[in-house]
Amino acid sequence: MQAFYLPHYEKGDNKRMIYDAVVIGAGIVGMSILRELTRYDLKICCVEKMEDVAEGASKANSGIVHAGYDPIEGTKKARFNIEGNNMFSEICKQLDVEYKMIGSLVVAFDDHEINILEELLQRGKRNGVKGLEIKSQEWVFANEPNLSRNIKAALFAPYSGITNPYKLTIALFENAIQNGAEVIFGFEVCRIEKDDDFFIVCSADGRVVRTRILINCAGAYADEISKMVGAKNFKIYPRRGQYYILDKPEKLPVNRVIFQVPTEKGKGILVTPTVDGNVLVGPNSEYVDSKDDTSTTQGGLNEIFEKARKVLPSLSKRDVITIFSGIRATPDTHDFIIEEDENIENFINVAGIESPGLTSSVAIGRYVAELVSCKLNGKRNPNFNPYREDIKRFSELSDEEREKMIKLNPSFGNIVCRCELVSEYEIIEAIKRGARTVDGIKRRTRAGMGRCQGGFCLPRVMDILSRELKIDKTQITKFGKNSYILTEKRWEN
Amino acid sequence: MEKYRVVIIGGGPAGLAAALDSFKNLKGDKRVLIIERDKFLGGILNQCIHPGFGLHYFNEELTGPEYAHRFVEQVLENRIGYLTETHVIDITPEKEIVAVNKKGLKRIKADSIVLAMGCRERTRGAIITPGTRPAGIFTAGQAQRFINIEGYRIGKKAVIVGSGDIGLIMARRLTLEGIEVKAVVEIMPYSTGLRRNIVQCLDDFGIPLLLSHKLVKIHGKYRVEGVTIARVDSQLQEIPSTERFIECDTVLFSVGLIPENELSKKAGVVLDMRTGGPVVDNTFSTSQKGIFACGNVLHVHDLVDNVTKEAQTAGRYAAIYSQHPELFEDNIHINIEAKDGIRYVVPQKLNKNFVQPFVLRFRVDNFYKDAVVTISNAGKILIENKKSILTPGEMESIEISQKILSQLDFSNDIVVSLQNI
Repeated sequence: MQAFYLPHYEKGDNKRMIYDAVVIGAGIVGMSILRELTRYDLKICCVEKMEDVAEGASKANSGIVHAGYDPIEGTKKARFNIEGNNMFSEICKQLDVEYKMIGSLVVAFDDHEINILEELLQRGKRNGVKGLEIKSQEWVFANEPNLSRNIKAALFAPYSGITNPYKLTIALFENAIQNGAEVIFGFEVCRIEKDDDFFIVCSADGRVVRTRILINCAGAYADEISKMVGAKNFKIYPRRGQYYILDKPEKLPVNRVIFQVPTEKGKGILVTPTVDGNVLVGPNSEYVDSKDDTSTTQGGLNEIFEKARKVLPSLSKRDVITIFSGIRATPDTHDFIIEEDENIENFINVAGIESPGLTSSVAIGRYVAELVSCKLNGKRNPNFNPYREDIKRFSELSDEEREKMIKLNPSFGNIVCRCELVSEYEIIEAIKRGARTVDGIKRRTRAGMGRCQGGFCLPRVMDILSRELKIDKTQITKFGKNSYILTEKRWEN
Repeated sequence: MEKYRVVIIGGGPAGLAAALDSFKNLKGDKRVLIIERDKFLGGILNQCIHPGFGLHYFNEELTGPEYAHRFVEQVLENRIGYLTETHVIDITPEKEIVAVNKKGLKRIKADSIVLAMGCRERTRGAIITPGTRPAGIFTAGQAQRFINIEGYRIGKKAVIVGSGDIGLIMARRLTLEGIEVKAVVEIMPYSTGLRRNIVQCLDDFGIPLLLSHKLVKIHGKYRVEGVTIARVDSQLQEIPSTERFIECDTVLFSVGLIPENELSKKAGVVLDMRTGGPVVDNTFSTSQKGIFACGNVLHVHDLVDNVTKEAQTAGRYAAIYSQHPELFEDNIHINIEAKDGIRYVVPQKLNKNFVQPFVLRFRVDNFYKDAVVTISNAGKILIENKKSILTPGEMESIEISQKILSQLDFSNDIVVSLQNI
């Protein structure tokens, strides 16, 4: 695939801003819908308040592709979880995104918890989950030798997997753009009006887009968008989850996703390998006052560590390389809200997509796109190309391939991020594909995600951003808005 | 495949000194190669523009770039080979090196290798500091690079976490750049920095040093808006209701250095959990024959002067190995053990084939007054060294002379310990 440039990345011009469908929010659900919509011959767009995709919950979650034994049968969560799980492998192949079906275990420590495993098994069977089995203590220790010897049994789900949630969002975004969609960044919706045919969506900085169909994928803020339109009245409660990321170990301490038995508060603390070879530990669950309070707390982090140690006694804080938290968009309806509004025609809420949201997102995308195309009588887009290639990564190639790439692109031989072995070429390519911020580069290339957390590569990444975008380094942000890294240029070098 | 007698991984102070002494000690074929990933030789010294370097080695006070330059000049004069902007991605136990730069992949065979990759900084995440993740959080080294090499101001009001020498020096540097340093926060009841730095970098500028304080939370959504600090008790636990908010837009972390041994692991080198660096003997040979280590990749130093001396020894033995590997063939070692108050010692072993005077470097594990460092062997005390003050922040050294070596019983370990504690 040739590198591509984004058609309307910068602030769009008003005349062209009339669309068949507009998606609010460039998280994984919004991007999945946008990409599925490009299968049809429609003029579509997404508006996003931040400067990049996946800036909300999509960048800060467990990255688990759930098998589907958790949701209560008959719910939308159950339906889209199962459908999503079935679609996941194919979509990740098309979009060149890592997906590893490593399986999961829910571990039980006593008879009460074994009963819960049994309930989950039966629920899973009713939901249509394949391959579920309750495994003995002996099996658990033979297959996961580092787990606590106090574990009595475990529910094994072979079709659970792990993926990289923000990379999938980025891939969906790139593929949608390739297929003709637009994304307008820095567009914070502050008002929505309606005339006979169109929603008029206004941004805080005075831009306006008009659209026949409006799709609300605003995550934790979806209730506010619904209210702006005068549609269904629901509440989203921000429910925070904190995490630890551990350095890549020489040998992974666990081979599968290890859950504890779920409680009313959710699926509980998990320990899992990530697709990049790190170990992820978390999340806890706590309702917070603010929808953007993604801070970590000593209490929350302690709670997670203690609970995770119960399952994996060898866990050590020495291996921690970073901590973060994400906000779940928990709806007061206790199920996903995916529907055209009863009263406001052509307004579709896709809200309350908490876990299993990542798994479900691909199925939700397809469902909503079909809904939209039916309403608009959309014809098939004959040029739709489902394939997208990832950036070629130095760390993943053989020496022969590396040599070939360096001949074509000498910058492939210039290692910028030493911890993750990221080349200058990869950073330039990420910028060509839409990265505008340091975090944007990080999520696309892993530069700054290793054990030194950008200690060495941040200045070098900024050099490249500055050169490629032709801006001074004081204009570079960590993740848009006021997140400037350098405040003033003192002298010319 | 290109062949060299000695290949040095890293062109900082350790690598430069090791290269020069390798070169001096080679006879005939004198091919030495330094591989450096940055644009210039000199390593992190290039961004350390403050004075204080070289007092021990040159008996004069130099800045970091001046100190590095003295060695770079000699490398150039002697026409020692070097590659810059070249990244070593693999070292095998057979001493084959794979390096990459814009020209392609390079495979190099070395008779001996000196590891001199230095260290990295511990981060905010590694010490698990809660709060938000806005812009404006830097490691001290990052800030130093932005200010001293690139010419940028990084903020207006800063709080510095950690009062080791680097934290102290950055407090002064930020102040000189017009950035108000609101406080230097130190979790321990003492600073691990040199006394002269506390006076010259903090006291002279009226910057408060808050001992027994911890940064408990970072605030701010896009850019740092402030930090909450609190007092800690003797167990380093936060004391309730001592929390205090400090408004600032910048936080600098200077909370320790970690030897960077990812390549060493690839080469199969055994590491010491306490130093984070390779286990070496008094020739600075690692567990892999012909692979040597020195400088901050071996253990973190306070003074570059000590790095230079250590690297010279490593470089010399690397040259000897390249010409006479048979001398290292049947290495027999006795262990040098750190006990009772001694956190670590380097070297960790004495090579019976090279019973030659050497310097034992070590750190203590706590703050001690009027303690005695003893070196014993087979129950016999060989050296007793009274110290009025010992701190974990200051590396100690003791010379092991030929006279001491001649008294050794080689069937027993050497033990370094603290008495009167």
